Amino acid sequence: MSSKNVLYVFLIGYGIVTLLPFLWALASSFKTFAEVSNGSVSLIPHPFTLSNYEKIFVEEELFPRWLLNSLFIASVGTLLNLIFNSMCGYALARLRFPGRAGMFYAVLAVLMIPFQVTMIPLYLILSQLGWLNTYQGMIVPVMVNATFIFMMRQFFVNFPKELEESAEMDGLSKFGTFFRIVLPLAKPALAAQAIFVFMAIWNDFMRPLIILSDNEMFTLPLGLNQFKGQHYSYWNLIMAASMVFTLPVLAIYAFFNKFFIKGISFTGGKF
Amino acid sequence: MFSKKAREAGQGYLFVLPAALTILVFILIPIFYALFLSFNDVELLGGTHFDFAGWKNYENIFDDTRTKIAFLNTAKYVAIVVPCQTILALFLAAMLNTGLKGQSFFRVLFFLPTLTSSAVLTLIFMWMYNKYGLINYLLSSVGLPTYNWIGNPDIALYSIMIMNIWSTAPFFMVIYLAALQDIPDSLYEAAELDGAGPAKKFMHITVPMLRPITSFVIIMGIIGTFQLFDQSYIFSNGSGGPNNSTLTVVLLIYQYAFKSLGTMGFAAAIAFVLALVIFLATVLQRKFSKEESVF
Repeated sequence: MSSKNVLYVFLIGYGIVTLLPFLWALASSFKTFAEVSNGSVSLIPHPFTLSNYEKIFVEEELFPRWLLNSLFIASVGTLLNLIFNSMCGYALARLRFPGRAGMFYAVLAVLMIPFQVTMIPLYLILSQLGWLNTYQGMIVPVMVNATFIFMMRQFFVNFPKELEESAEMDGLSKFGTFFRIVLPLAKPALAAQAIFVFMAIWNDFMRPLIILSDNEMFTLPLGLNQFKGQHYSYWNLIMAASMVFTLPVLAIYAFFNKFFIKGISFTGGKF
Repeated sequence: MFSKKAREAGQGYLFVLPAALTILVFILIPIFYALFLSFNDVELLGGTHFDFAGWKNYENIFDDTRTKIAFLNTAKYVAIVVPCQTILALFLAAMLNTGLKGQSFFRVLFFLPTLTSSAVLTLIFMWMYNKYGLINYLLSSVGLPTYNWIGNPDIALYSIMIMNIWSTAPFFMVIYLAALQDIPDSLYEAAELDGAGPAKKFMHITVPMLRPITSFVIIMGIIGTFQLFDQSYIFSNGSGGPNNSTLTVVLLIYQYAFKSLGTMGFAAAIAFVLALVIFLATVLQRKFSKEESVF
């Protein structure tokens, strides 16, 4: 009994440690500049105001644009990842073709290369292609992810063959079988992948910093950083912008929570 | 009509083509390109010029003071953050695996920081670390000394460490949680019959059974912490200050590649050295944990 209570004290204590920064940021986003600048630490804004949110959406012309840029790049990037990673993982698991082993080892090798090694050449290649500061420059280089090719391969290796065979008997092509039979059955793996890839692109800071130079093309993390530079003491505005930035990911997480934990246990358990 | 084998091969190539092309153009070619860059002086003004420089860029790594500082800062950061976040993650997971009521609520709650972008977290913490911010307020209200968390060169790197342990531990906690499910209950039951308390069960069953996962968590932690960038960039406005105290290797690579002219080849050389260091650290860790499991 008492050891249980000790556990609860720890859990609640750590819960507060986790939540407090978010609550404090949320509270600050509803405070007036006067309250924020006189050093109030209250978690309840007094007076309560929505003007910070109004300001970032109405007066900051670029803020909605950054939000749209982020949504567009992350959504398209995620969709392409789902299709291409699954296709490649499926071929590596199921189809026989010369060079398959080489492709598999290439995928494994790529898993170990830190981004810092490839980022300088990536910049030069994108500049040669004329893709700096463009959507395709942000999307195409990350439309495939070795980690998830590997994960999808592991998934398809353990996938029952009979369904595919019967679909082929019914005259479906490999593409037909893949898109109409196999992919729909791979939903849990796809959901986990979707969240991880979306979050990675949505939250990415370094790649946009290198690739994007026009304010109009910025994604939210870059926009936010610049916003901080312009309004360096307006923490009420910065916190409001931060909250808007955090909401979409929280919504996706709430929606996919089950798959999320499953997906992690799946990738974690493989090592 | 093609043979069945040839048709399957053709389909195989079509399936891997998008992935293969992307990996080739944006990862494999860049690796060799980077190697080439690291042996050249690169000039970007008016088109790109390369001058073969031999090992000069690599030799300069040992002469450059800021590079030395960046590697030292990063090493300190890895050495402190990796053990702290691993132990914290293990304890959180163990607490959440005791079958208490409401544990799924706590699991979701604890996971929040992992979902939030580093840019947002850094801004929230900068605001909390503020002179009049929440943290100094809490410290002074219980009679502890307050700090200039961002402006003091002796403290700034620790400020980033605290923030990152807090934000990364929950991710590893979830990995541990999944692994804890796989430990057979019978082991704990047997230990209980022998009269082992919770602490003994934790030290003699949980920790040893989780060793392979711990190895994975440490390797992922090493890879992640060596690549610290966003937080120190935002914290210091890209400078690595105050007084180079938050200058990390990746921030230095960024600065030499994109902020100062004529040092792109040097930056590529540092990037290769960093990759080598990360690789060696993970190999050493693996070797170390394998030897350990022999006993």
